[in-house]
Amino acid sequence: MSRAAPLWLRLGSIAFGLLVLVLPLPDVLDALRPHLLALVLVYWALEAPGNAGIAAAWLAGLLADVLAGTLLGEQALRMAVLVFLVQRFRAQLRFFPAWQQAAAVGLMLLNDLVLMLLLRGIAGAGLPPPGVLLAPLLGTLLWPWVFLLLDALRLRHRERSTPR
Amino acid sequence: MIQPGAPAPKLSEAAAGSLPLLACIALSAVLMVADHRGELSPRIRATLSSAVEPLWRLAALPSTLWRWGDTHLARQQALVEETVALRRELQLRDAQLARLEAVAQENARLRELLGGKAGYRLSVRMAGIVDVDLDPWRQRVRLDLGGADGVEVGQAMIDAGGMLGQVVEVSPWGATALLVTDASHAVPVQVVRTGLRLVAQGTGHSDALRVPNIPRSADIREGDLLVTSGIGGRFPAGFAVGRVLAIAVDESGLFLEATAAPAARIDRGREVLLVMHGAPEAAVGPPEVAP
Repeated sequence: MSRAAPLWLRLGSIAFGLLVLVLPLPDVLDALRPHLLALVLVYWALEAPGNAGIAAAWLAGLLADVLAGTLLGEQALRMAVLVFLVQRFRAQLRFFPAWQQAAAVGLMLLNDLVLMLLLRGIAGAGLPPPGVLLAPLLGTLLWPWVFLLLDALRLRHRERSTPR
Repeated sequence: MIQPGAPAPKLSEAAAGSLPLLACIALSAVLMVADHRGELSPRIRATLSSAVEPLWRLAALPSTLWRWGDTHLARQQALVEETVALRRELQLRDAQLARLEAVAQENARLRELLGGKAGYRLSVRMAGIVDVDLDPWRQRVRLDLGGADGVEVGQAMIDAGGMLGQVVEVSPWGATALLVTDASHAVPVQVVRTGLRLVAQGTGHSDALRVPNIPRSADIREGDLLVTSGIGGRFPAGFAVGRVLAIAVDESGLFLEATAAPAARIDRGREVLLVMHGAPEAAVGPPEVAP
């Protein structure tokens, strides 16, 4: 079925999201690093629903854990919760105007941040750099562009593969 | 779409919908607890690490290219200047080394008199730091040497300044090392001036170490140099760990707590030295004395 997004686009975007997680940045930007992986997973949960969504998000999160050296299972849990929330409110989110959708994504990222602080608090990690509070904001501002970019890539593929 | 007479579908639907999530949460919880307590088999992490190794290398590519370009495409003028500076430094080091040789000979003679055997020779191997930003909450680095190059868990890592950390995880083509400043790291140290034995812990900040539980009667001052004591057998003795910056009474009021600045250049530098257990490749420390 040509409606389904191509596998390379799904895996490629997730791999890119993982890459941004560890890309060396100047110290100032390090704490602000937007969670691109989360945005990409939100996009796929919105556009291409499937039963495997949560499991795929969990696996991607597990890879992120290994990559970033966090406690194994922490990001996996956060990504699974994120995708679950998106699937739960998918009907509403899909028909929101762009700014409202971005705000909703921002709220979910904030929820993700709270979950992270909670998990790390339990694990006994130290206090985070104060910049992390701004990361969801940056993610919100980035969301429309991620959405448009992935949408354009997906639709172009669909047009090409549909016989005229 | 609810059929009349169907038994309350909403509740069971909701339960079925959140089942995958619950499974994920349970799985994550088990993993996190196991990982936190260090009970996870190192092979699991090593396998996963090799799976994401290409991503690490890819992320480090921009800075690798930049450095390559910096060396290979540098202007003639810049190269000449650098060569002159390096030559000058080499001369300085040579002079210091010559002096050190005399000290080493004297040291060896005195050791013979005392009947001591322990030397300060050890073999090291240079490893590069893969330029990726790991979790900013934890002080870790990724090295580009792995099990295939003979790196083992527990190896000490040093740089020109002193003690840098230790290897905590090894996969075939890379290794992860914990820095001395990580909040979960502790190293047995000794005050050079008095010989007082202490333990230096990381703080999670790359510019500070914490030395807790110092008896109030202990002789320790600002500016004291801390070196590894070698107790515990994990770190070789005699490497600089840090210099005491401040001393204060701790919360209980029964002990002192010192803050120290790490001696190694924690967040600078691209190369580190791994202290090898195997055959020597290059040596640091005083040169060998001719018998």
